[in-house]
Amino acid sequence: MATPAQNIDLNKTPSGSTLLEGTSLWKDAWQRLRKNKAAVVCGFIVLFLIIACAIGPQLLDWIFGYTFEAQDLEYGAKGPTLAPFHPFGTDFFGRDLLTRVLVGGRISLKVGLIAASVAAIVGTIYGAVSGFFGGKIDDGMMRFVDVLYALPYMFLVIILVTIFEKSESLLFVALGLVGWLTTARIVRGQVLSLKEQDFIQAARSIGARSHSIIFRHLIPNTLGPVIVYFTLTVPTMILQEAFLSFLGLGIQPPNPSLGTLMNDGANQMLVYWWTIVFPGIFMSLLLFSLNFLGDGVRDALDPKMRKG
Amino acid sequence: MSQNPQNLLQVRDLKVHFPMPKKFGQERAVVKAVDGIDLDIRAGETLGLVGESGCGKSTLGRAILQLIRPTEGSVTFEGQELTTLWKQRFGLFGVWSPNEMMRRKRQDMQMIFQDPFSSLNPRMTVEDIVGEPLKNYGILSGKALREKVQDLLQTVGMDPRYIRRYPHEFSGGQCQRIGIARALALNPKIIVADEPISALDVSIQAQILNLLEKLQDEFNLTYIFIAHDLAAVRHISDRVAVMYLGKVVEISDQETIIKNPKHPYTKALISAIPLPDPEQEKNRKHIVLEGDVPSPINPPSGCSFHTRCPIAEDRCKRELPILRNLNENHRVSCHLV
Repeated sequence: MATPAQNIDLNKTPSGSTLLEGTSLWKDAWQRLRKNKAAVVCGFIVLFLIIACAIGPQLLDWIFGYTFEAQDLEYGAKGPTLAPFHPFGTDFFGRDLLTRVLVGGRISLKVGLIAASVAAIVGTIYGAVSGFFGGKIDDGMMRFVDVLYALPYMFLVIILVTIFEKSESLLFVALGLVGWLTTARIVRGQVLSLKEQDFIQAARSIGARSHSIIFRHLIPNTLGPVIVYFTLTVPTMILQEAFLSFLGLGIQPPNPSLGTLMNDGANQMLVYWWTIVFPGIFMSLLLFSLNFLGDGVRDALDPKMRKG
Repeated sequence: MSQNPQNLLQVRDLKVHFPMPKKFGQERAVVKAVDGIDLDIRAGETLGLVGESGCGKSTLGRAILQLIRPTEGSVTFEGQELTTLWKQRFGLFGVWSPNEMMRRKRQDMQMIFQDPFSSLNPRMTVEDIVGEPLKNYGILSGKALREKVQDLLQTVGMDPRYIRRYPHEFSGGQCQRIGIARALALNPKIIVADEPISALDVSIQAQILNLLEKLQDEFNLTYIFIAHDLAAVRHISDRVAVMYLGKVVEISDQETIIKNPKHPYTKALISAIPLPDPEQEKNRKHIVLEGDVPSPINPPSGCSFHTRCPIAEDRCKRELPILRNLNENHRVSCHLV
């Protein structure tokens, strides 16, 4: 094996602190993302909105005793005032609109994140398996995706809602049901091209089993597009949720969501303008920031695309 | 067919055919990438495999390792038939576990790839890449694994402190060294090197060739060394096989092939090696082959080389030449030798 001279060399460089650290492609992308000012600003806005939604309602409850369903009919439908503290005004039943927007934002974010995560995870695994095994398995799995694609989505959701009880989890199911299809197709396409690369053959020749090839070699190399798609799916899912709630198929009153709040606001906007303006601004800001952040992530993960 | 004990690996009538997508109203076309090859590889030797692009030499290398499943024929490694190994049952009560037997056998057979970048997973560190084979077979783990990886890196002439770096932080030559370290990790008996130097700078090529020779002595390795020109192969090989359109046309020891080639195709390949002396080079007569390699879907009748052969006769268009012995060490497939 190694000659004595080389052994001395090895002793001189004990493992640990003297190892030369490398820059992974993830780290590289992260550094690029941090240089993108728009993405960083939007990232902070998203973070701020998430924190506000997470702890805001609790704070308002402690300080002022507002909850999203506590009515104060004496003080119904008043415009924005700071004293008493109703910066977004109150709705027709005297509920504090700020509290309702924050709670609604919480539900919308939850739906968006969970549905997008489900879509990303299921889609990635499904697409990777389909692309890796190829042939008849691939054909079968992809035809199934085609069939689901072809089903009229709204129709499906309406059927689901009529059969089962309306609930938040049903919303996740309904949104997740269609979200993973695109991810699966993206990942399958990636895997088909990655599969031909030498390092997959190399993995076979060094004794990797199929599951280890899929999870260690293929999926990490497809995560770039998946993450990009994920960041762009979250706002889509939020919008879908708002749309479903707007139709009355999603979140049920008195629970607020951004969709139901805007639905209520739309009915009264000629008289009580604040009932639509504030939820509208909140939602636009959230979607706008998420989309910008997604664009930034895409540019960071795929620097070539931006130049082209 | 019994195996000569001298032979580590024996290839008999190996064929790899790729079916093409079927066109309407036509017979399904088949690409005959490897079309009936016999090879004997002795323990400890280096067999050079030379041929033009698209003649099937990489396919042959991969088919020997069963990375591509051969259509027909047999590959025997240490007396064990490999082409049917994937069918063998494995595990408790013979529970069906396809490829497990082959997976175990792969410990002894490794591969070095042409493109040093695409053969390494860009998301993994050098430590993970070189250590992966050992992990896959559960040979080492933890601290012992890291030490072994550092040891391997030193063996291939790299700084062992690089283990936390990623492939994109290295040059082509360094990546190729990493690939070699990975192939060495399992202490294999045979290594198929698929054009390991053709993607590298000329100065690096010599380094890698020397490294491969050093490792051969150190670890008692057997190589199948694939290249597209004879120049690269002549220094490292003990024997050379020349391939044309999925078949071996001439095989002999390295000296005979260079000094006394018989097949017209081999002669053409040798005349393509530049001579170091410019005077000699100027006065030399080159054999230039006309045209392209014929399509392996519709190989020419008779001798597949007759379309480009400078000395072809009528007979070559009709009769298929067989690989026959000129003497014990020299086999050639040509009617006119």
